[in-house]
Amino acid sequence: MRFALRFTLAAGLVALALPALAAPDAAVNTTRIHPKDGKFSFEGPFGTYDRGALQRGFQVYKEVCAACHGLNHVAFHNLDEAGGPGFTEAQAKAIAAGYKIPAEPNDKGELFDDKGVRLTRAGILADKFPSPYPNEEAARANNSGALPPDLSMVVKARAGGANYVYSIVSGFHQKEPAGFKVTEGKYYNPYFEGWNISMPPPLAANAVSFSDGTKATIDQEAHDVATFLAWASDPKMEERKRMGFGVLIFLVVLSGVLFAAYRKVWADQH
Amino acid sequence: MSGPSTYNPKSGFEKWIDQRLPLPRLMHDTIQTFPTPRNLNIWYTFGGILTFCLAVQILTGIVLAMHYVANAGLAFDSVEAIMRDVNYGWLIRFMHANGASMFFLAVYIHMFRGLYYGSYKAPRELIWIIGVLIYLLMMATAFFGYVLPWGQMSFWGATVITNLFSAIPVIGSHIATWLWGDFAVGDATLNRFFSLHYLLPFIIAGVVGLHIWALHVPGNNNPLGIDVKSPQDTVPFHPYYTIKDGFYLCLFVIVFAGFVFYAPDFFGNPDNYEQANPLVTPPDIVPEWYLLPFYAMLRSIPNKLMGVIVMGGAIVTLFFLPWLDTSRVRSCRFRPLMKQFFWALVVVCVLLGYCGSQGVDAAIAGIPLLWVARLATLYYFAFFWILMPIIGLIETPKKLPASIAQSVLGDSAAAAAE
Repeated sequence: MRFALRFTLAAGLVALALPALAAPDAAVNTTRIHPKDGKFSFEGPFGTYDRGALQRGFQVYKEVCAACHGLNHVAFHNLDEAGGPGFTEAQAKAIAAGYKIPAEPNDKGELFDDKGVRLTRAGILADKFPSPYPNEEAARANNSGALPPDLSMVVKARAGGANYVYSIVSGFHQKEPAGFKVTEGKYYNPYFEGWNISMPPPLAANAVSFSDGTKATIDQEAHDVATFLAWASDPKMEERKRMGFGVLIFLVVLSGVLFAAYRKVWADQH
Repeated sequence: MSGPSTYNPKSGFEKWIDQRLPLPRLMHDTIQTFPTPRNLNIWYTFGGILTFCLAVQILTGIVLAMHYVANAGLAFDSVEAIMRDVNYGWLIRFMHANGASMFFLAVYIHMFRGLYYGSYKAPRELIWIIGVLIYLLMMATAFFGYVLPWGQMSFWGATVITNLFSAIPVIGSHIATWLWGDFAVGDATLNRFFSLHYLLPFIIAGVVGLHIWALHVPGNNNPLGIDVKSPQDTVPFHPYYTIKDGFYLCLFVIVFAGFVFYAPDFFGNPDNYEQANPLVTPPDIVPEWYLLPFYAMLRSIPNKLMGVIVMGGAIVTLFFLPWLDTSRVRSCRFRPLMKQFFWALVVVCVLLGYCGSQGVDAAIAGIPLLWVARLATLYYFAFFWILMPIIGLIETPKKLPASIAQSVLGDSAAAAAE
């Protein structure tokens, strides 16, 4: 082992002597800064989603984010499922009915009415959340060329997860550092790679009014919507952790039994 | 399989079967009475663990294939439907995804164990060579499998790896086009990769059969690396090693379950939860962790063709291992010099993996990782092609024990047993 150590040291020294990487210092390093810690209830092996936060977060999504962002993989029936926001089936049905879903062909085979407007129907539990735009081109055309990402998996699809989402949506309204100039039509957000984000600041104090009396600060709204989107990304988390606990207990007990058997079988061989 | 069979059919029915298809005899001789060195340690339980891993991958994979749609437009959504709508689909998919990582973790331990105890040396050369073949098949299968969810990393990983073939002069780009079935990675590529991903595991299972068959001719090597000399040196496989393998397998499954239930995306890349988009290149294209050392080698060579040759050479080298080692002694326990170079190789492989996981311009303590990877690659090849043949000739091994029984039971007990 001593030789291995000496080898590693020697290799290190040789590498040091080699021409060092010349990285010219840019004026401002616009690498995204580390996200804030949201201290979420669902962290850790026993963490569960805070139902109140899920329901409030859903409200923020519905009233703010949904204007531009889809939630394509989440269905209305998910809203009343175990481990979710805890709406009743009647509530979930009412939420679904509040959405207009592009209709199937009617009995005359029509998809559009006389004026050429796409026919719609009220949503049902089996439907998924409808997209705010009919297609990617429409989404870009309405957002100066930027594409608002679908949020169904956003917490899983970003390094930093829920903390990242929480930091981004509450990370506006800061003074940009000297030497950094925000690109025209973009917004300064140090939690976003490159610091120029196309999304305008989505949240404001009292942008929504929570029925449970929670004060709607930007931080509260951001925290709740990050919780809701974490659930949207990982709706089976609570079931997974609960089952895992049982499985691990079983395996530990089984290991104990196997170890005892192992010792007994080998007792006459040592 | 080795030595005369000790199977003794008891009932008339067993005799009838034995004369026609001696399958019970094969099982009896293979997993029941098979004489196994009595001194095998924890590192020898990984063969059984690997068999378990293969079985888990095949079983979960068959269920996943019932719900998966191999179509560039539908694949990503079908995987998400498995996660959300299929009963326990999340469990099956997480077992399969993490199972791949566990499989490679186990195979790396298994390979380093073989290297340390000289299990590739005569008369076990073919066991080792077949093993390297299994490892190659595993890498191909894992690569095809990683493409199937059709996320960003799936797509760009497939693009980078298949593009390696275009480094071959003259015919390279034609080979790439032939592999894709198109002029870029696309629907045709996804379909053939799914087909191959379903096929290869069964080929692996067959080659594993050959691996075990070849093992059962000379029997197990052991931590002392000396031959079995008398029945005192061995115990029957059952119950001694069935219970020992079972216990350690259970510990392994605890680690496996820990990942599946509590950190299911630990080995994954966030970008792969984003659907494949040929128009958007992720800032860093990284392969799965088990391929990182080779990726680091590839990137450390400025010339693409040379990089591909070096990366391929790293694996091809392993096929020659039995003849590169000139030592008469198998186990590193008795090879003081080799032992140190062995551990240096382990460190170098981990270091290569780290280099592969970082960006191209990354540095550690001011040292560019590019150069760390270059030196590590140099050591990797030097270890097998220079150090190994030389050390075998110049090293003075420690004194070998007279027998396994004497080493385990002590002189008096071994004498008393005889």
